[in-house]
Amino acid sequence: MPSSAYDPACLPDLLPLYYRRLFPFAQYYRWLNYGGVQKNYFQNREFSFTLKDDIYVRYQSFSSQSELEKEMQKMNPYKIDIGAVYSHRPNQHNTVKSGSFQALEKELVFDIDMTDYDDVRSCCSAADICSKCWTLMTIAIRILDRALRRDFGFHHLLWVYSGRRGVHCWVCDEAARKLSAAARSAVAEYLSLIKGGEETVKKVMLTDPIHPFIRESLEVVKHYFPQYALQDQNILGRKESEEKVLALVPEDILSIFNIHMAQTAKKRQYFEKEIMLQYCYPRLDVNVSKGVNHLLKSPFSVHPKTGRISVPIDLTDVDKFDPFAVPTISLICEELDRPKADEDEAKSEDTKGKENEQDSTEKRKIRDYKRTSLAKYVKYFDQFLAGMADSWKGKLLKQSDLQKEF
Amino acid sequence: MQFPSKKPKAVTDLKAELYSQPLQFYGQPPLENISLSEFESFAVDRLKLLKTVENLGVSYVKLSDDYKKKLDNEIKTQNFPHGAGEQTEKRRKDHISHFILRLAYCQTEDLRRWFIQQEVDLFKYRFKELECGEKLKFLHKNNLQYNTISAEEKDNLREKLATSSYTASGVKVEEQDFYKVPFQDALDLVRTRKVYLEEGYVYIPHNEIVTIVLNDFRTRLSKALALTARSLPAVHSDERLQPLLTHLSHSYLGQDYSVQKNVGKISLEQIDSLAGKSFPLCMRQLHQTLRDQHHLRHGGRMQYGLFLKGIGLSLEQALQFWRMEFIRGKVDADKFDKAYAYSIRHMFGKEGKRADYTPYSCMKVILSNPPSQGDYHGCPFRHSDPELLKQKLQSYKVSPSGVSQILELVKGMHYQLACQKYFELTHNVEDTAFSLSHPNQYFTESQKVLGGGKDVKRETDTLQRPQENSAARGLTREPAGDESQHLAEITKNLETDFQDA
Repeated sequence: MPSSAYDPACLPDLLPLYYRRLFPFAQYYRWLNYGGVQKNYFQNREFSFTLKDDIYVRYQSFSSQSELEKEMQKMNPYKIDIGAVYSHRPNQHNTVKSGSFQALEKELVFDIDMTDYDDVRSCCSAADICSKCWTLMTIAIRILDRALRRDFGFHHLLWVYSGRRGVHCWVCDEAARKLSAAARSAVAEYLSLIKGGEETVKKVMLTDPIHPFIRESLEVVKHYFPQYALQDQNILGRKESEEKVLALVPEDILSIFNIHMAQTAKKRQYFEKEIMLQYCYPRLDVNVSKGVNHLLKSPFSVHPKTGRISVPIDLTDVDKFDPFAVPTISLICEELDRPKADEDEAKSEDTKGKENEQDSTEKRKIRDYKRTSLAKYVKYFDQFLAGMADSWKGKLLKQSDLQKEF
Repeated sequence: MQFPSKKPKAVTDLKAELYSQPLQFYGQPPLENISLSEFESFAVDRLKLLKTVENLGVSYVKLSDDYKKKLDNEIKTQNFPHGAGEQTEKRRKDHISHFILRLAYCQTEDLRRWFIQQEVDLFKYRFKELECGEKLKFLHKNNLQYNTISAEEKDNLREKLATSSYTASGVKVEEQDFYKVPFQDALDLVRTRKVYLEEGYVYIPHNEIVTIVLNDFRTRLSKALALTARSLPAVHSDERLQPLLTHLSHSYLGQDYSVQKNVGKISLEQIDSLAGKSFPLCMRQLHQTLRDQHHLRHGGRMQYGLFLKGIGLSLEQALQFWRMEFIRGKVDADKFDKAYAYSIRHMFGKEGKRADYTPYSCMKVILSNPPSQGDYHGCPFRHSDPELLKQKLQSYKVSPSGVSQILELVKGMHYQLACQKYFELTHNVEDTAFSLSHPNQYFTESQKVLGGGKDVKRETDTLQRPQENSAARGLTREPAGDESQHLAEITKNLETDFQDA
């Protein structure tokens, strides 16, 4: 469809429409307010915007959902990042005594970027992705989701497509938000198996005994490996990649004349597993997860280069997630203009007459995104929020009990 | 003021009670009066000990036999509590010296981090040397009550417990108690995956409990230092103490290259040839990558950018240098000015919180922010594959025997010694007159050798003079003339003690 093909030059026209009629502000506020359990949690949250002409502004903060809406509709940011909840309102940080303005809490986040896998994928490189290498993201999501839930006991994970070449994970549990920088770094290192930069050939080393976490992760990798590595990436089918694989196999296994083979064989028994892991295991950037004040791209933000919306990923269907099917801002704006499918709905709205002005605007807004491809993603986000809401209710009850409110 | 010679019995008992334990958490500060000379000598001895802890930690695997032997030796030399026998006086010294150094090291983030790291390492060594019974006593005395898991739960988890920690093989799981601890209290074990983790709890065998204790120690010390910093102004107003405390905290750093003395003396045209002649391997590698790829990732930009600042590049030169190179790559001039220029100005303290960042020391390069896919920073002796390192050295015309010497040192994890060896081989000198701890030091020393021993004033000299002045000034009111001279002696000796040999 030529009209919904995305052109970055159209952003200045599309963004106002997006922020006025499609961006799910109600759900967004509901998320970041976390049930109002902690005072000023939303008000003290830092946002950063990238505006037209690459102008970058930090320390944005808002006192309510409507202020957030108004400002975003005024500024029409190209990119939105979410930062930490601070000790004071970020937009007043200059008035605070130096040293007192501190980042207090933030979701635990992970960023998986396809460019970190360039040394092990043959189909694409740099910012490109295709259906063949997207499997790497699927594997990463499965492994990390399992570990964060089963090993660390977290429950409220939001996986989001970054808009171009990766995925982000937002761990929203209260315990996660309160983690120190040292704890975040420890979690990230627990989840890291790939060690080494450009100068390291063999990036995975396994030793006896194999930790249950590695074993579980290997199960996931094994499930995808035959299709992904041997077929799609064809790692043994082409000379250069075959040599790359062989470079990871210890010399003594290759050379049958090596006398010490018997001695070292025990140490090298894991090379098969190591190869599979080097090709498939998730590569995360520890620095993104470490900092409490680190700013990360917001869900439902637009990616200026691809036009795709950073949508939440439904984990029940993760194998079928197709990054190329994610709606672009031009698509959903175009879908807005299409005539309403349900004519009856329109009639009933007219016959109801002049209702509360605000009420009908809200209703229209709700109907707006529902008419577009964005609908299913907002629905999934709603489900995610409903899951968290129970924990907020519990907390609020406890608080009111303590204050003896009835 | 000293205790009166006839000590009442109650006080002696109190002292004995306080120092009855071989190890303590330093929860309570000492309450007695001590002489200035004890104040100084205790502090200096402990600082020597901590510095040894630091050096050993880089040159040896922590808690290996060599490490333990040498640390043991130093503890004996500096007269700190050690082994069996009457320890009350030494424990008292341990107690007091710790609190004095808190005063000296609480002021900045860098000082605190260093102090905490060495104290934790020292504590770890001493805790592990305790006997089993003493360990339990310590845990109970300090209220570290963690719950053990039931035999039934242990049975269910047996295989998982056995494969997650190499001290707990299948057999030993039965014999040991396992503690269930929230993962936030056992970060070191989580980080290294040395323990079984389920639903946010780690299952720790009894003999690994030391890691929990260390975490607790570190947290308490960190909080305490923050509190100490607040009462510092009161301490500093005491003129007897202020010069000594300032001196103590400067001594550990030695030369940190934060004050650039040769700004503008290097021209951009010289950098290519300097890279080949006087840059340490890590910086040479970064420079080469930058020239080849016209780009460096964040880690590389920080490490190399700060190094260049340290050798004397001005902000204008730095901006020109990076801009020139990045423009050759995929970055257009506009984007550079918007994105990368900001971070360079940040490095020079002209943006953000305007902190003047110091170039990374070897310790920092080796230990923090390891490189990952697409990175070229770090220490090549630590982070490069030995094969690739060998090839690189050969391409830089290092002799085969030199290469094997270097690789031997790398195998033994003596990364800085390996770099020193590289220095010796590339500069054709027999023995370096310095002990390498900083990339900028490598550069300065190299320039010295190549420039025929030009007069490069050591930073320590310029540091010493103002200190002596303030020490002299601060002591004019000191009643005992001997003591003031004594103090000046000690502060002067501090410099020689801590100059890198």
